[in-house]
Amino acid sequence: MKKFRLYALLTAVVMLAALVVGCGAGGEEKKAADAKEIIIGGNLELSGAVATFGTAMKNGAQLYFDEVNAAGGVLGKQIKFEVLDNKSDATEAANAATRLITQDKAVAIMGAATSGNTMGYMQVATDNKVPIITPSGTALDVTVDPNTKKVRDYVFRTCFIDPFQGIVMANFATNDLKAKTAVLYVDNQSPYAKGLAQFFEESFIKQGGQILAKEAFVPEDQDFKATLTKIKGLNPDVIYVPAYYEPVGKIVKQSREIGINVPILGGDGWDSPKLPEIAGAAALNNTFFTNHYSSQQDDPTIKSFVEKYQAKFGQVPDTFAALGYDTAILLVDAVKRSEDGTPEKIKDALISAKEVQAVTGKLSFDENHNPIKGAVILEMKDGKQTYKTYVKP
Amino acid sequence: MEEFIQQLINGISLGSIYALIALGYTMVYGIVKLINFAHGDIYMVGAYLGFFAIAILGWPFLPSLLMAMAVCAVLGVVIEKLAYKPLRNAPRIAALITAIGVSLFLEYSMMLLVKPEVRSFPQVLSDVQYNLFGSLVISSRQVIILVVTIALMLLLQYIVHKTMIGKAMRAVSHDKQAAQLMGISVDNTISFTFAIGSSLAAAAGVLVGIYYNAINPLMGIMPGLKAFVAAVLGGIGIIPGAMAGGFLLGIVEAMVSGYGKSLYRDPVAFIILIIILIVKPAGLFGKNVREKV
Repeated sequence: MKKFRLYALLTAVVMLAALVVGCGAGGEEKKAADAKEIIIGGNLELSGAVATFGTAMKNGAQLYFDEVNAAGGVLGKQIKFEVLDNKSDATEAANAATRLITQDKAVAIMGAATSGNTMGYMQVATDNKVPIITPSGTALDVTVDPNTKKVRDYVFRTCFIDPFQGIVMANFATNDLKAKTAVLYVDNQSPYAKGLAQFFEESFIKQGGQILAKEAFVPEDQDFKATLTKIKGLNPDVIYVPAYYEPVGKIVKQSREIGINVPILGGDGWDSPKLPEIAGAAALNNTFFTNHYSSQQDDPTIKSFVEKYQAKFGQVPDTFAALGYDTAILLVDAVKRSEDGTPEKIKDALISAKEVQAVTGKLSFDENHNPIKGAVILEMKDGKQTYKTYVKP
Repeated sequence: MEEFIQQLINGISLGSIYALIALGYTMVYGIVKLINFAHGDIYMVGAYLGFFAIAILGWPFLPSLLMAMAVCAVLGVVIEKLAYKPLRNAPRIAALITAIGVSLFLEYSMMLLVKPEVRSFPQVLSDVQYNLFGSLVISSRQVIILVVTIALMLLLQYIVHKTMIGKAMRAVSHDKQAAQLMGISVDNTISFTFAIGSSLAAAAGVLVGIYYNAINPLMGIMPGLKAFVAAVLGGIGIIPGAMAGGFLLGIVEAMVSGYGKSLYRDPVAFIILIIILIVKPAGLFGKNVREKV
């Protein structure tokens, strides 16, 4: 009996301690919730290798937050968008996340633009139980732990995933371009490129197509002509080059120079104003790539977004601006439905997001925190992206 | 057969770039026994100077090329005076490490100066594709690269063999002390060698910028290493050896990519380096000279 009392006492002390700690945490949360502003963090690439991606996202998101604030804010409060530059570097992204969470008390974080940088800081966010959304990190492993196959609770994304992109392009090659044979020419250092190539290949073969060869390059290469000459000899119907815009530009240019005139296909890594500069407008004719949205789509939401963005920033919004805008829409929607604006509730609200009307489609998350959405296929004509077709999810 | 000749064309145009860079390596090594690892970065600076002249000042091709060569010649001399000359009597390894330091300094100061992003050249030379015998293609730019390279090589041969300064260079590389005793200014001769080597690298940089249409601050690393392989292959310190080594390496790379696996190209280039160092360290054109102690 004495023993029991001792246990009971111990239990009581532990529970009391937990209560006190809980109260403390609750009190702090309350303080955050009482503030006049809701702080949403941005962990974006404003300088460095993919600076154009992060800058466009920041503009897109700011545009939507300004609209919401002008209409009276959300939950009766104004939104403050606190953006830090992660310098296109995974370590810097982790530092930025720590600052956003501990100093700025952000309730949710938007970013980063690439899968690698998002994975660089998501542990910090998960440890602090703050939900994050990457607007354009397409790699599978961003939201799902590849070892345990478990979904990462606090990580979401606004974009489609790589398998979908590869499959969409394979379908387009088979059905629209009537391609029977293809050659893959893949960036050997990028998991993104390898993922796309793998899913393209599987899907292309399934539809009766034939992969004549798989060639690889490293992104620092300058001269691709030797391999391209070999590819020319194989005479494929299409060439699939999933990679980022810099090597893609050189490859397209050099393949046209040695007389390869077949369609060249790629993914969303092609989307950059640098691509026509490097490749030359004429060489890019007869090339196609998958993307998240096109500013030329005939859709009222897209049209009004393009007008608003152009009025504010004086340029046509690219994919990353649209994804930034959509991420802001998802976040505001989640804050609204969370009722108290705490990170935990925002996370729950994100999970239950249903058919949120955004620029790149009506967004709902599947069980792996990936939005269910379509893709567009763009064709390069005289150096300009032209909208070709929309593919449903 | 057609594909083989096409690969040969690809290899020669790639090899002419290696050869131009390799010449600078080999000349500097020949005269001060220093492997100037900053050489690849001078090539990068040359590419940016060409970009500056063509894209921002709007100059035509030839003046831009000459300007880049002149500025890089000065840069090469400045580097030699500031970084290598104080170490001329230090152990060779000290100078070698300094060269690596200079290389990193150039790469990252350029990154600070021009941002790490890739730049593309405006279309300064018209690009025409010539079809020979059916499917064989050669572009006007490939021809220009080859013509400029060969012209520069002939000029170099003329300078080295027919002028006083060339004679001085050969004398200093043969025996520094004896040359000095004969009244040759060793310092000036070494500076001149750096100037010529650097201007050749700058020419290669501008040609590459125009041909491939993309430059970035780290573009000098790989071609620099490849040119080093080419220089060793031909026999480091021997000018015709560097030319032959450059062309040979370019052709081998094209053949490996064309008939083997594209990713084997770089390993093959460095395996060649290892084999040469083991089997014939003096290089293809080198004579085995016994070192006098």
